[in-house]
Amino acid sequence: MNVIMAGVGGQGIILASDILTEVAMRHGYDVKKSEIHGMAQRGGSVMSHVRFSKQVFSPIIPRGECDILLSFEELETARYLEFLKPGAWIVINRYKLPPPTVSIGKEEYPDVEGIVRKKTQRFMFVEADNIALSLGNRRVLNSVLLGVLSTLLEPDVATWEECIAVKLPEKVRDINIQAFRKGRETK
Amino acid sequence: MKKILSGNEAIARGAMEAGVRFASAYPGTPSTEILETIAKEFPQIHAEWTPNEKVALEVAAGASYAGARALAAMKHVGVNVAADPLMTLPYTYIRGGLVLVSADDPDLFSSQNEQDNRNYARFAKIPMMEPASSAEAKDFVKAAYRLSEEFSTPVMLRTTTRISHSKGIVELGEPEDPAEASLERHPAEWVMLPANARRRHPVIEDRLKRLTDFSNSSRYNFIEINDTSMGIIASGAAYQYAREAFPDASFLKLGLSYPIPDLLVREFAAKVKDLWIVEELDPFIENQVRELGIECHGKDRIPLCGELSPDIVRDAVLGTEKKGAKPLNLPVRPPNMCPGCPHRGILWALKKNKCFIAGDIGCYTLGFLPPLDAIDTCLCMGAGINHAHGMSKVLGDGKKKIAAVIGDSTFFHSGMTGLLNLAYNRGVALIVILDNRTTAMTGAQDHPGTGVTLDGSKNIDIDMEGLVRALGINWVQSIDPYDVAMARQKVKEALEQDGPAVIISSAPCALLPSRKVPGVPLRVDADKCTGCKVCLAIGCPSIEFKDKKAIILDTCTGCGICKAICPFDAIGGDV
Repeated sequence: MNVIMAGVGGQGIILASDILTEVAMRHGYDVKKSEIHGMAQRGGSVMSHVRFSKQVFSPIIPRGECDILLSFEELETARYLEFLKPGAWIVINRYKLPPPTVSIGKEEYPDVEGIVRKKTQRFMFVEADNIALSLGNRRVLNSVLLGVLSTLLEPDVATWEECIAVKLPEKVRDINIQAFRKGRETK
Repeated sequence: MKKILSGNEAIARGAMEAGVRFASAYPGTPSTEILETIAKEFPQIHAEWTPNEKVALEVAAGASYAGARALAAMKHVGVNVAADPLMTLPYTYIRGGLVLVSADDPDLFSSQNEQDNRNYARFAKIPMMEPASSAEAKDFVKAAYRLSEEFSTPVMLRTTTRISHSKGIVELGEPEDPAEASLERHPAEWVMLPANARRRHPVIEDRLKRLTDFSNSSRYNFIEINDTSMGIIASGAAYQYAREAFPDASFLKLGLSYPIPDLLVREFAAKVKDLWIVEELDPFIENQVRELGIECHGKDRIPLCGELSPDIVRDAVLGTEKKGAKPLNLPVRPPNMCPGCPHRGILWALKKNKCFIAGDIGCYTLGFLPPLDAIDTCLCMGAGINHAHGMSKVLGDGKKKIAAVIGDSTFFHSGMTGLLNLAYNRGVALIVILDNRTTAMTGAQDHPGTGVTLDGSKNIDIDMEGLVRALGINWVQSIDPYDVAMARQKVKEALEQDGPAVIISSAPCALLPSRKVPGVPLRVDADKCTGCKVCLAIGCPSIEFKDKKAIILDTCTGCGICKAICPFDAIGGDV
């Protein structure tokens, strides 16, 4: 199974992919993940590749072999379409963060849904930011998206919630588990 | 017990399990987390940030001379700084195991070049180990210490970004007891005067022969025979890519890639029809294989530049087209200086004074990006001051406005000697020290200027102005970069000097708890905003332009730089 998580620095992608790797290991898989996070705090694009199966060699996913793209920001989705295999799923957080050239009016924010639709029909938009805000903490959007992701993977909810609990400090544990469950309800 | 660790975390763990007592480093992507992990998780190891990589390697060598196992970690270009001790250390008696971790960066995710540091192993005539996963990273560190002590040589362990920053499952082991440190004297092996060093050189050459024998029998080099129509020799991340691209091929996996195991290579080459060498960057293994008189494919088809991947390897070997659609033309999202970054104010002031700005390595290098367009050179750590000096000398004193910017951590790393030279040789240039009290680019590490060490204690307090004066600079002024008008005025004054001038632009990084920004977003008065776009020129990610007006986002820290430069007084705190 090959999962790409994509978005922008500060959206909690690294933590979300850490939780997924932990879940995969606890299910008995070999697991590897690779990410580019050197300048994550500087507002750049962030992406994380998570791979799990009986044996994983490369830590990066080859083009055309990604099963699920979990996208935290609409534009970032479009950067990784060449990684998708036929029949892959795309989960897109309905959230636009304009990059600098768009902010200053030099470029247009692209029609991401149109671009995605040309590639595949197997995509869904999720109001993860809004769900997180309704729970009172925008930062739990990553747990909402993990909830959605979990419905596309193995259904062992208990392991998911254990791993979320292990990876998060106690004071935000409950709200993240709530967010995860809200994500699972989103279809 | 199994744990998911990054390559860097695994190296830290391996050091602990190997009984390492001393670890040193200068932060640099992708190596930084090695020392951070040691400091956080294994306090039994003395871990320290050093001002630069040369110091890191030399202090580690000192610990090794005293009988302790020691580790020095750095990014690939850091080894250039440490190259002086590195080339002579192999001549000396290595008492406690000494391992140098070089974290290379193929594809330049966060570096100024993509040099292949395996070449250093050959240059210095020392063993090179290349882990291909987190699990190997931990095991290889332990093996490297045994190798280092058995052969009395420094050992290089080379990772790449995809090893350092990838995570995988690691089986944790039991720690060895660290060796006791003690003082011994070995002048014939430690005092590298010509008479001694001359006697030591043959020792290295002989050791290299013995290391080749070791390489042939090492379990870190092994053959996997499958389909023999294709045989691949590979190491590091490239092994994983090739293994995935050609699951049926036969492999010679090299964990110890210098010196290569000549007998194993011959044995493998004799068994397979087409021999391929798959490696990232330079033909390091390939050249060694060719020196054995063995024909092979490698860099005739595998890219020399950038990192590899399973599909790149497959396409290169098979000569097939890249699959997937043409890349879309999407707006890029490069890293940017953060909202509230103090560098913006002083870079703006320099630009308004029409300076040529020699840059250096740090967050401020991002000031190169449009719309700020403020950085004119960036070569290596500490180079900016020296560029400015060289330029000023040939252009003629005071005829051009030559400035250099350098961060505080970079200044302590290798800027001080340049400043001393500028004063000594009387260059006419303005040097701006961007003193944000941290090593910001690599994630806020302390350094001698903050006086706080890796274990959190504060030992010294450096007076930056006093230090600059002590280096021979008479005109020194400290400014608050958020006071843009004052910054602009001070830059003007500095440029009028007929000798070297230094401005210390002093404000903590906007990501530090000690930051001076209010944290309350400013607002644009839409009635006053004329849409002139002056505020956009500082490249702040918190300013958007929509419907012919500037808009300030909630990510604004209220630093006030845009407010100060707005010609129409349209930006305020409570508009």
